[in-house]
Amino acid sequence: MQCCVCKAKPATVHLTQIVGEKMQKLDLCEECAKAKGVNDPASFAMADMMLGLGASQELDPSSGAVEVKCPRCGFSQADFKKSGRLGCPECYRTFAEGLGGLLKTMHKGTRHVGKAPEALRQTRDNVDRLKTLQKKLTKAIETEDFELAAQFRDEIKALGSAAPAKTR
Amino acid sequence: MKDIHAFLCSPAESTLRHGPHDRIVMSSRVRLARNLRDYAFPGWAKKPERVKILETILPAVSSLPEMADSFADGMDNLAALDKQLLVERHLISREHAAKSVGSGLVINRAETFSVMINEEDHLRMQALCPGFQTRAAWQAIDQLDSALEKKLNYAFDNELGYLTACPTNLGTGIRVSAMLHLPGLVLAEQINPIIQSVNKLGLAVRGLYGEGTEALGNVFQVSNQMTLGESETVIVERLEKVLSQIIEHEENARQTLLEKKPKVVFNHIGRAYGILANAHSISSKEAMNLLSLLRLGMDMELFPGAPRPLVDELFLTTQPAHLQKQISDKLTAEERDLIRADMVRARLKDLSRPVTK
Repeated sequence: MQCCVCKAKPATVHLTQIVGEKMQKLDLCEECAKAKGVNDPASFAMADMMLGLGASQELDPSSGAVEVKCPRCGFSQADFKKSGRLGCPECYRTFAEGLGGLLKTMHKGTRHVGKAPEALRQTRDNVDRLKTLQKKLTKAIETEDFELAAQFRDEIKALGSAAPAKTR
Repeated sequence: MKDIHAFLCSPAESTLRHGPHDRIVMSSRVRLARNLRDYAFPGWAKKPERVKILETILPAVSSLPEMADSFADGMDNLAALDKQLLVERHLISREHAAKSVGSGLVINRAETFSVMINEEDHLRMQALCPGFQTRAAWQAIDQLDSALEKKLNYAFDNELGYLTACPTNLGTGIRVSAMLHLPGLVLAEQINPIIQSVNKLGLAVRGLYGEGTEALGNVFQVSNQMTLGESETVIVERLEKVLSQIIEHEENARQTLLEKKPKVVFNHIGRAYGILANAHSISSKEAMNLLSLLRLGMDMELFPGAPRPLVDELFLTTQPAHLQKQISDKLTAEERDLIRADMVRARLKDLSRPVTK
């Protein structure tokens, strides 16, 4: 990913800023970030990763940014730092970006394996199968095996019409 | 409304529950954390929301066939002493004992299922089995959970699994644990290296009442810590493997102690017997540590003919809430120590001195 200011160097600093109702994302290279007055990324990255949410959502308070809050329950990153617990199920989506790194340090993997509620199990299996089929399709096209590709295409079509919309 | 004290079986009856390897594995437990999709987690929800959650979950749990003839009530209807009693029976957590309005509890008649409502998560349900039966406990709670998911809207995400208040429980929401009596490893001073190697496998070792408690009476809790990225079966099987190894180490430690340092063993057990059978004031902590040695003595057949449940019962009845429930809750700690000693002396009256060759 390129820096969105100089459009030359790779972006290493990612910012999410909420201004009014709108969310803005910025991807900056280190130099542009410094020039824009964002703190040295190394100084806040470590502590925040350990505590929970990533540097991506932390802004220099002097820049006047508004903290990210869960739209459903109003829980903020500061609340998480205080309690180590989240506010509601929706928080996992609100703070997804920062939580990714934390989950990696905490658990064996970052994707759930195991039991799922019966009602969702079929959808879940279908989503998995869809992903596999799409991969196979791409590969078949790459190797120019169009007969096989057509077969995968039909399977994906059949699955798509059978499965309801993704539950996520 | 049922009285929890009348509902629970007596300490004497509870010692009659047996399971495989129960000389070392006192009990096995599997708990699952679940939450409802449309509500804030208990720690963030305001009181009216928590009450609503409780009113949704409590009837759903009570209506399960497994929970027929259960104790079901709000935590605000339980006296402090009753909550403490439930902690001592390992039916609720210490955290849950501190809850009041908006939290609740459902326990089945056999005391094999305990469902805490609005503890850290909306639902914390556990299956408790005597002895080494982690797999049976998992199967039991899995069934209860499957029945309950038809009645409630669980918060579940395809990527992250069951969503929990704390990210440490995310995914399966499972905690598999066993309560182990390990006096041999403690006496042989092998317990610390064992704890360290168990920790290295990603498992936690805790004291008698879980997180942040000390290993009173040489009782340790071993449990998994990671919940995401592995299936429940894999987690249960890993714990089973580690537990089997700990059991073997404990057996070996006892055997080696008897062969190489019999005097050390006899000295500890003899002194424990001496104090318990003659003391006129004893704290619950000292009582538990000495009862642990008495239990070891029984395992080593130093008290021929003595009934094992005798010690197991005292292990429960000497604890603060159990003691107060039998006598009165208006006792000072000093008065309790006197009464505890009287009770232990009376119960051990017919127990002869340990037989050592």
